[in-house]
Amino acid sequence: MIVAEPKPIKEILEMTRDCGKILVVGCKGCVTVCNVGGSKEVGILASTLRIAAKRDGKELTVDEHTLERQCDPEYIDELKDKVAAYDAVVSLACGVGPQFLSERYPAQKIFPGVNTKFMGGALEHGMWAERCAGCGTCVVHHFGGLCPIARCSKSLLNGPCGGSSGGKCEISPDVECIWDMIVTKLMQEDRLDDLLQFRPAKDWTTARDGGPRRLIREELVK
Amino acid sequence: MNTSYEPKIIAFCCSNCASSAAEISHVMKKMLPDNVKVVQVPCSGRVEVLHLLKPFEEGADGVYVGGCQEDSCQYIKGIKKAEKRVEHVRKILSELDIEPERIDVFSLSAARGQEFVEIACEMVERIKAMGPLPIKINA
Repeated sequence: MIVAEPKPIKEILEMTRDCGKILVVGCKGCVTVCNVGGSKEVGILASTLRIAAKRDGKELTVDEHTLERQCDPEYIDELKDKVAAYDAVVSLACGVGPQFLSERYPAQKIFPGVNTKFMGGALEHGMWAERCAGCGTCVVHHFGGLCPIARCSKSLLNGPCGGSSGGKCEISPDVECIWDMIVTKLMQEDRLDDLLQFRPAKDWTTARDGGPRRLIREELVK
Repeated sequence: MNTSYEPKIIAFCCSNCASSAAEISHVMKKMLPDNVKVVQVPCSGRVEVLHLLKPFEEGADGVYVGGCQEDSCQYIKGIKKAEKRVEHVRKILSELDIEPERIDVFSLSAARGQEFVEIACEMVERIKAMGPLPIKINA
């Protein structure tokens, strides 16, 4: 899933300081799962904004709404009859949400309420780690099911660098060296020879390196 | 400072240890201060961040949670969850430049009726010293 974290309250207050009526919009997708943008968090942010307004002696109306997702136009459309009544909309979805809202409602001020971090999964409740860099050509099976593009600090594809020490990456003792993990895993599975197979250089044009991407599935397009 | 100021305080108390302590305090004829309103919850772990923020939004000057001691929580980790959520609300209050000490969490033994009342009095005195929640009234 896409993992995000809340923006600092002061930043959101600064963005919305001139607004008298705000709509906070959540998303029941990834941001609900990582406890940052679901209906619960919409309520928390709305309450926080109201407390801040009372503290400052300001009149402020904050309404709450949570969409099924903010990455499908059909759900963004649900706001069409209400959004114009607000001075601003704060979106708690990943970066896609504020953009889709901005495109659909160009006259409206749309503010992001979270910082989108990465594609990853939960290690335990409340802890998430990056697992996928969206490179567009998934080859984790070449590396024992582990992804050196997302999990190596240098995205190396041929093996560890000289900075790998004690199973840790040189950038931080908290970061595991994924190449140490890949080699260990393949040795345990007696598949170390997989790493000796010649493979052509990776085509990075399918990754973000090739520019903004678009995917069309002809069999699904109406 | 306005000496007649009496803070409004909301206390979320679990239905096990905290409520048992409350009953003991009644038997001992120890009364809670009038400005503390108790909201009983099944477990302190049921209290969410939003529950803790809403009283401040609605004009309360302080909030606290009363729950079981860590090794006697019927729902195992209720009081630990409450502590984390209270800490989270403290951070929110700090970011709003509001004293984080306006919210607290206490572990109670079921038999400590006197302590139940003492905690309420402690919060009243603490919040009284801070003054009302900093709210500006528009002229």
